[in-house]
Amino acid sequence: MKLNMYSIRAIYKFEMARTWRTLMQSVASPVISTSLYFVVFGSAIGSRMVEIDGVSYGAFIIPGLIMLSLMTQSISNASFGIYMPTFSGTIYEVLSAPVSYVEIVIGYVGAAATKSTILGILILITARLFVDYEVQHPLMMISFLLLTAITFSLFGFIIGIWADTFEKLQIIPLMIITPLTFLGGSFYSIDMLPPFWQTVTLFNPVVYLISGFRYSFFGSADVNIGISIGMTLFFLAICIALVWWIFRTGYRLKS
Amino acid sequence: MSAVISVKDLNKIYQGGFQALKNINLDIHAGEIFALLGPNGAGKTTLISIICGIVNPSSGTVLADGYDIVRDYREARTAIGLVPQELSTDAFETVWDTVSFSRGLFGKPRNDAHIEKVLKVLSLWDKRDNKIMMLSGGMKRRVMIAKALSHEPKILFLDEPTAGVDVELRREMWEMVRQLREQGVTIILTTHYIEEAEEMADRVGIIREGKIILVDDKARLMQKLGRKQLTVHLAEPLQSLPATLDDDALALSEDGYGLVYTYDANQETTGIAELLRALNAAGIEFKDLHSRQSSLEDIFVDLVHNGQPAPANASSAGEV
Ligand SMILES: Nc1ncnc2c1ncn2[C@@H]1O[C@H](COP(=O)(O)OP(=O)(O)OP(=O)(O)O)[C@@H](O)[C@H]1O
Ligand SMILES: [Mg+2]
Repeated sequence: MKLNMYSIRAIYKFEMARTWRTLMQSVASPVISTSLYFVVFGSAIGSRMVEIDGVSYGAFIIPGLIMLSLMTQSISNASFGIYMPTFSGTIYEVLSAPVSYVEIVIGYVGAAATKSTILGILILITARLFVDYEVQHPLMMISFLLLTAITFSLFGFIIGIWADTFEKLQIIPLMIITPLTFLGGSFYSIDMLPPFWQTVTLFNPVVYLISGFRYSFFGSADVNIGISIGMTLFFLAICIALVWWIFRTGYRLKS
Repeated sequence: MSAVISVKDLNKIYQGGFQALKNINLDIHAGEIFALLGPNGAGKTTLISIICGIVNPSSGTVLADGYDIVRDYREARTAIGLVPQELSTDAFETVWDTVSFSRGLFGKPRNDAHIEKVLKVLSLWDKRDNKIMMLSGGMKRRVMIAKALSHEPKILFLDEPTAGVDVELRREMWEMVRQLREQGVTIILTTHYIEEAEEMADRVGIIREGKIILVDDKARLMQKLGRKQLTVHLAEPLQSLPATLDDDALALSEDGYGLVYTYDANQETTGIAELLRALNAAGIEFKDLHSRQSSLEDIFVDLVHNGQPAPANASSAGEV
């Protein structure tokens, strides 16, 4: 299969232009709000907390906070990117263009993932202003960042096609992703929970992402790194399968 | 003539069970201007949307530029430009960016000279750096036309291109469509202004309740189904027709001043000479004569509503 680079570039450029137009909203505001967490939990409260697995509390929460932004921003970027044209009707052009589904997905999801990866890196840099930390496995860290950005952008793309109201567009990030992230060990180690809740937590998929990501920083984590990587790839596969199904059936895109 | 679009046994049943298209068979010839006419809800947009890949067909096949629109969608769609009926544009993009985007989306390398030409033809060049939301409705429609032309399509679909466009601009758009045809572009348009079809189309197709009920050359259609009418303006009003003039084809207007004679212009003898002689013989004086041909609109209205050829009447072309 030959990919049409002109088409992919057109969609990607169009989506990135939207980011630059809304720079405040899509980049600055998540960076600022995450910084507030660092100030409150890292510096203020963190200074009175004990270290977790030999890592200062301020540093401990960095991977979780980055993941939180990465996931919510990936979802909102990608879902908005595809929801808006279906809502305004401009999707007609993409549907009538000689582009394959793979090209459409690369364009939209690629742009959303790029945005949230940039954001993740910005937060990482900002965090350095508040707390001291080191990344032990930078390559693995970047891989996790990219993989999560792509997976959740795909997930956002699916939500954007599924949603037929603005409310539905926001409900999943708000009602599912944020709670799962907070309960997924962003702010604590799973070991700190009672045994019953430890088991429950293992059903939370976000645990594996945060744990794997934290491993790349500190070389230790709640869950075995191999399992984390496996689970991350598993989510990616599920999202790809869903997107494939949507395009196969024309679900919600074509009557 | 070769068919640039060939629709075979096409059916569309929307979710919910409504059948919008019923066994459509239609060939569009290369290089022609084809007008698709039909009342609201007849299925025009549905047919166009299927050909362009926006709506899935339920059954049947469509070839565009020789390619199956489902199996070889890339080749088929590359040949097609679409201006949809609904005005849907981005808001924050500039005119230049949105038109360039369309070209890229359709897989064509950047070509600023072509975009410039298209914008100039559509009188959008001055607005190229404006955000689309700052344009008027008619300008937005032209932006959509520019987007459709940005990738140099061989086949152009215009779904009600002149709705909401002022008279002068409409004339300009007709001119543009003719120029495109001269460059070899095939044009399929729908319109509710019959005048537009009469003015522009080489062939006309009429669709009603999801069925194509007629496809013909515009000229032949007007000749075949058209009737002519001769109105004789009398010097003195008549109460009733004299017995010598009693004829089904002849009618007296209400005020008694007009004598309306309907005839078939294709016949050898129209009967006009006899009528005038009969008037003389009856001693009826007249001041003026005027004849008119039934318009495409008359034909259209009659086909759609009665399935009958039209008698000429005094209405003028307008919106249906
Ligand atoms: N997505 C849809 N789902 C269900 N029914 C639809 C859908 N789109 C159109 N229809 C129905 O199909 C029929 C044909 O609609 P279509 O838009 O093709 O008509 P049209 O000839 O373009 O009319 P108009 O002149 O008003 O534009 C209508 O009865 C319409 O209600
Ligand atoms: Mg329509």
